[in-house]
Amino acid sequence: MADASSTAAAGGRRGRLYDWLCQRFPIEAFMRSQLLEYYAPKNFNFWYYFGVLALVVLVLQIVTGIFLTMNYKPSEAEAFGSVEYIMRDVSWGWLLRYLHSTGASAFFIVIYLHMYRALLYGSHKAPRELIWIFGMLIYAALMAEAFFGYVLPWGNMSYWGAQVIVSLFGAIPGIGEPLVEWIRGDYSISDITLNRFFALHVVALPLVLLLLVVAHLVALREVGSNNPDGIEIKKVTDRNGKPLDGIPFHPYYTYKDLVGVGIFLILFAMVVFFAPTFGGLFIEPPNFEPANPLNTPEHIAPVWYFTPYYAILRAVPDKLTGALLMGAAVLVFFFLPWLDRTRVRSIRYRGLSYKIALALFTVSFVALGWLGLQPAEGLYVLLARIFSVIYFLFFLAMPFYTGRFEKTKPVPERVTSHA
Amino acid sequence: MLKLNLTRTALLLALTLATGAASASAGGGGAVWETWTADNDLRSTASLQRGARNFMNYCLGCHSLQYMRYNRIAQDLAMTEEQVQANLMFTGQRPFDPVLSAMPHADAETWFGRPPPDLSLIARSRGPDYLFQFLKTFHVDESRVATTGVNNLALDGTAMPHVLADLQGLQKAVFHVERRTEKGQDGKEVVTQVKVFDHFEQLRPGKLSPAEYDEFVRDTVNFLDYVGEPTRRQREDLGIWVIGFLLVFTGFAYALKLEIWKDVR
Repeated sequence: MADASSTAAAGGRRGRLYDWLCQRFPIEAFMRSQLLEYYAPKNFNFWYYFGVLALVVLVLQIVTGIFLTMNYKPSEAEAFGSVEYIMRDVSWGWLLRYLHSTGASAFFIVIYLHMYRALLYGSHKAPRELIWIFGMLIYAALMAEAFFGYVLPWGNMSYWGAQVIVSLFGAIPGIGEPLVEWIRGDYSISDITLNRFFALHVVALPLVLLLLVVAHLVALREVGSNNPDGIEIKKVTDRNGKPLDGIPFHPYYTYKDLVGVGIFLILFAMVVFFAPTFGGLFIEPPNFEPANPLNTPEHIAPVWYFTPYYAILRAVPDKLTGALLMGAAVLVFFFLPWLDRTRVRSIRYRGLSYKIALALFTVSFVALGWLGLQPAEGLYVLLARIFSVIYFLFFLAMPFYTGRFEKTKPVPERVTSHA
Repeated sequence: MLKLNLTRTALLLALTLATGAASASAGGGGAVWETWTADNDLRSTASLQRGARNFMNYCLGCHSLQYMRYNRIAQDLAMTEEQVQANLMFTGQRPFDPVLSAMPHADAETWFGRPPPDLSLIARSRGPDYLFQFLKTFHVDESRVATTGVNNLALDGTAMPHVLADLQGLQKAVFHVERRTEKGQDGKEVVTQVKVFDHFEQLRPGKLSPAEYDEFVRDTVNFLDYVGEPTRRQREDLGIWVIGFLLVFTGFAYALKLEIWKDVR
C-alpha cells in the first residue's frame, strides 16, 4: 500500500492528483482513522462477516433498485405488467429483478445473523448501546422498506398482504378506521396506495436507511468493535497506545472480508440463478397472479422474514392485543442492553441460565417463523402461543436470570485466538 | 418439422355426447391423480415446439399469452420468424405482437360465465404438475349437462369445456366410498364416509392412445412452463459461469488473505 508521501515522491500523474485532492479533502485523514490505524480485535470469527455482508446487500439493492425503477410503472393498471416487461423485454431485466428479490431475503438472513451475533457475544452491552439502538432502527426501517417493496409487483399476495397489514392499524380504538384510510389514501388498497408506497420505497426509506447506517458506523468507530471473547482490547496496549490484540482494519479485515463476500456471493448466485423463487419462499406462487380484490388467496402469509411476528399476531384471538404484541415483539429488542444485567459479554464466559434462555429463544424464533407460514388452526395455534410466551419471557425475565443470579466464568485479559 | 393439425372441430360436439354418463363429484384428498407429475423437459426444443403447436391449435381460441411475443418464441424455440408466421400465427398479427386470443372478453364471459384466464404465468402460479393433472382429469359429469357436461378433478366446477376430448376421448370417474375414523372434539371416534376417486373408465376412445395423450399434454405443459419464464434457460446457463468465476475469485481472495495474515499471532 503506497501512502501519500511515496506516491508523491514517485511524481506520477496519480501522485500529483492525489496530492491535489488531499490538500482539499480529508481523504488521508479518513483512510488513517478508519482503515489503516483503526484497530479491530484480531479474533473475529464467522459471526463477524455479517456486518460487511449487510453493506454489500444494501449497495446491491440500491443499484438494482435504480435500474428496476427505470422500467417499473407504479400504477394499478400497469404495475404487474411492467414487472413482466422487466422479466421478458428489458435487457438483463430478469437478472435485475431476481437480484433485487433475492437481495431482499438475503438482507434479512444477514441482518438476523448479525443481530444474533450480538446476543452471542454481548455486542449490545455498554458502551455499545447506541450502536444497538441504531441497528434496531435500521432493522425497523428495513421491515418497512421490505413491506412497501413487496406491494409494488402488484401480485395477488402483494395486494392481500398489504390489505391485512394496513388493516391492523384499524384495531386501534377510536382513530383506527380514519388512520387506515389516511395510510391507504383510499377506502381500500388502490392505485393511490401503490403510488405512495412506491415513493416511500424508492425515496423516503432508502434515505432513512443510509442515514441510520452512517450513524451505526460512526457509533461503532467511536467505541470500537466487540469480539468473540467480549473483552476490551483497548485496555491492553503497547507503548504507543496501540492495542496488543488489535490489528489494522486494512489490510487485515478488508482482505478477510473479501473472502467472506466471495463465499456469500457464491451462495447468493446459487439462489439467483437456480432457485430464484426458493420454492415459493422468496417469491410466492400467488404473486404470479395480478392483484384481484375479488379473489383472496387460499391463505395469506407474509414473506418468510415477517412470519415470526405474524405467528405472534395470529396466536392472540383479539386483533388489537395481537397487533400490540406483534409491535412489542419488535420493540422489546430495543431494551436489550438494559434488560441484560450481566457484565460478562461473551457467551463463552456466561452462565448456564443465559445459555439455556438463548437456546430456548432461538428455537422459539425459528419455530414461530415456521408456524407463521402454516394455516392458523388447531395444534399450530397452540404451538404459536407456547413459543410466543417463551419469546417474551426471554426478554422480560432477563433481569432475573442474568446479573447476580448468573454464574459466570472468569474472563481472560487477552483474546484467546486469532482469525 | 412442424406438422400442424388444424382441426379444432368436433369439440363441442363431443361435449354434448357427455350426457348419458354416470354421475360423479370431485374426489377426496390423496387420490392417485394428485401424484402425477408433468416431468417436462425445458431443454427439449422439439417438445417445446410441439407444445407451441398444441397451444396455438387448441388453447389460443380462448386463452391469451399476453406477456409472450411470437418472435421471442421463434428465437427461443430455434425457429425463424417466417416459420412461426407460417405455422403458428393464425390471426394476422405481426411477429413482435404478443400472443393474443381473438375471442372477445365480453362474449367469453357470456359463454363461460367468466373470461378464460391469461396463461402467461399459469405455470408459475399453479405449477406444471397441476396443469398436467388438470388436462388429464376431465371426466363426464351429468350434473353439469347445462354447461359443459364435464367436470375436473384438479379444478372442481371448472368453467372450461373438455377441449381435448377428441384427442383423449371421454372418461368417467369411478369413486368408491371409504370409511374414515377420526377422533372428535369429545374424544369419541367419529366415522365418516368419504367419496374417494378410484379410477377412470374410458367411455369413448380418442384419436390418441393414453400414452400419446400423456405426451401431448406433457409437451403443452412444457411450452406453458417455458412461457412462464422464457429466460430460464439463459439464467441457468449463465449461472454456471457466474458461480465458476466466483469460486476462482474466492480462491484467490483466500490465498491473498492467508498471505496478508501470515504475521498475525
